[in-house]
Amino acid sequence: MQERVKSPKYDVVGTRPIRPDGADKVTGRAKYGADHKIAGQLTGKVLRSPYPHARIKSIDISKALALTGVKAIVTRDDFPDQGTEFVPAGEMLINYRDVVRNVMAREKVLYEGHPVAAVAATSESIARAALKLIKVDYEILPHVIDVLEAMKPDAPIVEDGMITAGVTPPPTKPSNVAKRVEFGMGDIEKGFKEADLIIEREFNTQPVHQGYIEPHACVASVSEDGTAELWTTTQGHWIARAHCARLLGWDMTKLRVTSSEIGGGFGGKTVVYMEPLALALAMKTRRAVKMVMSREDVMRASGPTSGANIWVKIGVKKDGRIVAGEAILKYQAGCFQGSPVQPGCMCAYAPYDIENVKVVGFDVLSNRPKVAAYRAPGAPISEYAVESVIDEIAQKLGLCPIEMRLKNAAKEGTKAAYGPKFGPVGLIECLEAAKDSPHWKAPLAKNQGRGVAAGFWFNIGGETTVNLQLNEDGTLTLMAGTPDIGGLRASLAMMAAEELKMDYHKVRPIIADTSSLGYNFVTGGSRSTFSGGLATVDAARSIIKQACGRAAKLWEIPEDAVMWEDGQIRPAGENAGKHAAMTLTDIAKIAGKTGGPIVGVGAIQAQGAAPSFGVHIADTEVDPETGKLTITRYTAIQDAGTAIHPAYVEGQFQGGAVQGIGWALNEEYVYGADGKLQNTGFLDYRMPVASDLPMIDTIIVEVPNPRHPYGVRGIGETPIIPPMAAIASAAARATGVRLFELPMSPPKVLKAMKAAKGK
Amino acid sequence: MSKHHVSTTVNGDAVEFLCETDQTLLDCLRDELDLTGSKEGCSSGDCGACSVMLDGRLVCSCLVLGVEANGKKVETIEGMAQGSKLHPLQQKFLEHAALQCGICTPGVLIAAKSLLEKNNNPTETEVRYYLAGNLCRCTGYDKIIRAVMDTAADMRKGA
Repeated sequence: MQERVKSPKYDVVGTRPIRPDGADKVTGRAKYGADHKIAGQLTGKVLRSPYPHARIKSIDISKALALTGVKAIVTRDDFPDQGTEFVPAGEMLINYRDVVRNVMAREKVLYEGHPVAAVAATSESIARAALKLIKVDYEILPHVIDVLEAMKPDAPIVEDGMITAGVTPPPTKPSNVAKRVEFGMGDIEKGFKEADLIIEREFNTQPVHQGYIEPHACVASVSEDGTAELWTTTQGHWIARAHCARLLGWDMTKLRVTSSEIGGGFGGKTVVYMEPLALALAMKTRRAVKMVMSREDVMRASGPTSGANIWVKIGVKKDGRIVAGEAILKYQAGCFQGSPVQPGCMCAYAPYDIENVKVVGFDVLSNRPKVAAYRAPGAPISEYAVESVIDEIAQKLGLCPIEMRLKNAAKEGTKAAYGPKFGPVGLIECLEAAKDSPHWKAPLAKNQGRGVAAGFWFNIGGETTVNLQLNEDGTLTLMAGTPDIGGLRASLAMMAAEELKMDYHKVRPIIADTSSLGYNFVTGGSRSTFSGGLATVDAARSIIKQACGRAAKLWEIPEDAVMWEDGQIRPAGENAGKHAAMTLTDIAKIAGKTGGPIVGVGAIQAQGAAPSFGVHIADTEVDPETGKLTITRYTAIQDAGTAIHPAYVEGQFQGGAVQGIGWALNEEYVYGADGKLQNTGFLDYRMPVASDLPMIDTIIVEVPNPRHPYGVRGIGETPIIPPMAAIASAAARATGVRLFELPMSPPKVLKAMKAAKGK
Repeated sequence: MSKHHVSTTVNGDAVEFLCETDQTLLDCLRDELDLTGSKEGCSSGDCGACSVMLDGRLVCSCLVLGVEANGKKVETIEGMAQGSKLHPLQQKFLEHAALQCGICTPGVLIAAKSLLEKNNNPTETEVRYYLAGNLCRCTGYDKIIRAVMDTAADMRKGA
């Protein structure tokens, strides 16, 4: 079932045309990261640490360098050290001091898989042989993997001398806690005093990987004059350029970065891993260097999101009104600071209008790969815990969990605990749609339970450039700079066509490289359709203005005596009817004679991103003999603002929901006592497959964002937030026992059911 | 160590290539024949992005050695469309928006084609189990399953 709560009011926006990059992607033509090749290219390979924590005493590359076919080797000595400077990468901040250490270990290796050296050789087998000849002398150090262990006073210290920020007075002893943050309002103690029922619970979640099917891959080449080209699979090639130029000490203009088609990212491709290494190797050899990660390396050494320990305490009146909400979030950052604990804190209670809120977060280091953004970074973890407790309260009070949420739902004018007042938002509309859905009313079979949960994500805007060129035949070329990760070209072309009253098929979008277009921030934060739409509309309106100017010139009347109406340029006012109306195609044909090319540029800092709320309903069935939970029915409901291309909006809801199902039921990082990751392949890191799932029904709610010409909100991230709590609540009802940790894998469910039976 | 000479048929064309003993069919297709439509997601047979047909049998080309293709018929995504005419599955995938990033799409299409050649009236469950070896991280499979079922329905109508 796919449903839309509103009828479309546009010609193109809201329809479901075939995406412009579709044919290339169903025929194998589309070129992804590993599909590019340069004549004479070398193969680059990375030597990775076998230990989770060790000091590097020395690295001897002499034997490897002497091997025939080895052209260059880079180590820590090839990258100048960087000072502490935090810069945005997606919705998270990264510190250049840490980036340089993450791409190539310096003083210490901090996780199993941490790069120690990289080789460029004439073949893959020679590169592999060379890695074995590099001698690294390690002083092995004690390691720490678990977040609570890492917070203990006697834990091994991951970053020497780290003093917790955000605490006054500052601690005198170093620890693995990088930062303490706190958000809130009201008087939490007073709130709990007013409560008729208080429930507090502790939750644990495991790190999960973004799980993009395309491993990281890039090809770098450096010319004799020092100018360089980089082809890479990335969510942001301007960001990749900035990071690489910074780490290598190059001028940005010398480095041209092209984003390949991207085979999934979900936040995980907003950072650089091999790109600076490939460029450094290409610089040394002046040969092209191609580097591709193996799946094992992706799992071991590219960012998952945090695992966490969460404590939640909620107080309510008998009627279900929430009077106080408190939480303590302890998020794993991996080996460098910068977990998404801050957004986790901000989102925890955001769906609700609560007077008294206090959320404290800790950013905690351990000997794991540095976390990277993953779809609504931080929010799924904290909202899972809060939504689970709300469900438990509803159960205890005998309230319908949707009604309880309706009673507390944030709406226009609600002050969120993290600061701002909401504009028009669609949580109530989503809850009402859930309540009215056929799913919510359907009967359940034996061993089945139904759960519901809400989700909130901010969404962002950011720097964006779109270039529209009116071609001589009246067709349009659209250049965008945010990699198309799942339908962006279609959405932007649709908004351009709508604005210019053109046939969608006359608009051809491409993703331009960093030297062909103005700056673009990453595809992330659910921003690319929102921000790209704003820039596209700006560029389109510039084209209209220029076209009207050309007509004015031709007709020899003032520019303001020319109007744009229904896709035509007409003389207006006292000149009305004196000249035949012209189309953009007419103008395009005479552009050369009336002043030259017509190009519209939208170069903006996109403001006015609006949050998206979602509500998911999940049915699960438990196998009482094995404890296996199966999702038997699922509905994702979300406020899209306006769905530009509803099929791709539904796709985001469905894909996010299924990533959440994986997070809830199967996916987790499993470490041995030796600090090594044990499940580095898809066989053991079990992501959902087609036979695990039912159809994922969707309901698109549309409460337009008043700050976007077509009402767009971001929609990509919210869908991964509600599944874990919706499924946990469904499982609690199916099994009669509630679990407080993820994933809810069969052994855990079975154990909990047996324990409950034994009581 | 000298390379092996392999004579095979790829998408109906007789082709020859040289490969190392340990080179997979996937690597040979991609690196020796420049057929990069088949993708490597895991190199362990778990993701299905490298799915091809080998003598009419659906295989993960990362689990087949290049030398094993000698004398056999290989069909890849590059051979699925006929001239400018997309295969009905390709067309339905576009109409149903059954791809987002598109990296799994070639493998899914090859597997789905193999299913429909065996069974043009599969149940939803049969489609789901047949495609269980093809990981997709973007779509949640819903639109993929619908596109395959819709293609099968058209095939039965003789479209």
